[in-house]
Amino acid sequence: MIPSLPDNAAIGVFVLCFVATIVLGSTVRFWRPLLNRRKAVTHHNQGEEWGLGGREFGAWITWFLVGGDFYTAYTVIAVPALVYSTGGFGFFALPYTIIVYPFIFAVMPKLWTIARDGGHATAADIVRARFGSRTLELAVAISGLVAVLPYIALQLIGIRTVVEALGYTGMLPLLFAFVSLAAYTWLGGLHAPALTAFIKDVMIYIAVLAAVIIVPIHLGGYGAMFHAATEHLPAIPGGHIVSQDQTVPYATLALSSAFAAFLYPHTLTGILAAKSADTIRQNAVFLPIYTIVLGLIALLGLMAHAAGIVTTSSSQVVPQLFLAIFPSWFAGFCFAAIAVGALVPASVMAIGAANLIMHNILPRHSESVTGARLAGLGVKVGALGCVVFLNAKFAIDLQLLGGVIILQTFPALIMGLLPLRLSAPALIGGWASGSLFGLGLCWMDGLKPVHPIAFGGFSASVSTGLLALGVNIVVTMVLGSVIRLALGASPSTLQPRQSMRRQS
Amino acid sequence: MKKTILLLLPFAGLLWVPLYNRHDPVLLGFPFFYWYQLAWVPVTSVLIWMAWKTDKQS
Repeated sequence: MIPSLPDNAAIGVFVLCFVATIVLGSTVRFWRPLLNRRKAVTHHNQGEEWGLGGREFGAWITWFLVGGDFYTAYTVIAVPALVYSTGGFGFFALPYTIIVYPFIFAVMPKLWTIARDGGHATAADIVRARFGSRTLELAVAISGLVAVLPYIALQLIGIRTVVEALGYTGMLPLLFAFVSLAAYTWLGGLHAPALTAFIKDVMIYIAVLAAVIIVPIHLGGYGAMFHAATEHLPAIPGGHIVSQDQTVPYATLALSSAFAAFLYPHTLTGILAAKSADTIRQNAVFLPIYTIVLGLIALLGLMAHAAGIVTTSSSQVVPQLFLAIFPSWFAGFCFAAIAVGALVPASVMAIGAANLIMHNILPRHSESVTGARLAGLGVKVGALGCVVFLNAKFAIDLQLLGGVIILQTFPALIMGLLPLRLSAPALIGGWASGSLFGLGLCWMDGLKPVHPIAFGGFSASVSTGLLALGVNIVVTMVLGSVIRLALGASPSTLQPRQSMRRQS
Repeated sequence: MKKTILLLLPFAGLLWVPLYNRHDPVLLGFPFFYWYQLAWVPVTSVLIWMAWKTDKQS
């Protein structure tokens, strides 16, 4: 089948919707006081205003902001692409984005309270205050920075994909993606994505609802759609949807993704910008609504098969499907939805990473809004580098690498909340071993997300991130015990040292 | 305790893949595999909401 070509209507609607969103977001500080009718001057310094929105977002804005930066181009482009190539296996994103919410409910209010009380803006801030270790702070900050770069790269690829689908080729689509992201973030700060996230959501909802209603009508219902899709995918015996040897990868990828999801600087930024711990709990109840949409978007990968879309570049699956089934002006609207859907999270990612650079990597007291903006720009240039020097498929694989890296901050950040006696040297040892082990496995396996293990007659492929986290935790525990035994220190002798650290 | 169980149920229901790795029964054209997992979305919302209420009472 020849790919459908868009006409001027598609391009016109796309440009109009996309530009309108960028202008609204970038100028948010000019029109926001008009809406709020309250004093624009707050007690926050400008850095906290740009980086955390003044830590004053209520339930609604938090819902849009967290949903807006958690459901990204990964959701609208990469997940359907995976479903298109692998069938039911690509759906592991669904359990992943369900079990993440009980986890958020149990953990994040505690983390928010610690961050508010201590005035912390990043994961590395929290870890430094808890364990009094600059080295551990650097370890967590660098993990966050390195892990988020390929994730931003994926968003740039998302924007590039739809511009390419509009018929442009060469470097122009990528340049377009980069410039729009840079302008949007530089001017608006965190208020830009928070208040335009709702535009993104409304556009995505319209596009997805239209697709899940119109496509099955074209194809004769969902039963026929699933049936037609199955014929294009490898046959699975025994009435199963994923093959027997894929079930363990399916579950472990879901679990490791769920643990990693809110350790990223951008997702944590959304959480820490909430007004209260209860705002977060309330959001854990209502955020799963997004997951329904994610499930429907994932189905687009199957619908593409049923609609006869044949493409070797799997990230083009959704744009090609939209061009094939929608009138061209509406396809243009849907492309704008995807582009905005990548722009909003990419912007929060850049801000989260900029916060890390300003607060935790550079020496203290070098903070300024211009500095944070420059750091944010630097992060985006780094992400641009990821896109330019690695091909698109590779960047999606690198996002897995990001997951493996960010998971290694789990013991310091999340287990640090438990009443366990973890010490900074033990955590640093665990972090280093887990990171090296995980990266080593990824390197050996050619960046595959799972690694085959065999243990006492049981053999399966397990998520590489989870294996590395296991190594990390074991090393942390063993080192911790060894250090305690060597020093002969009991909890009571550790206590005064901790309070001394807090003062320094 | 009750809260912990409520929050762990989605993990149990979704990470034991052989439980739902089946085509039948089909609901509204959706194979079991797909609608079972989608059904866990509202169920999880309700479970978290119950955990939230439990929290507030204590």
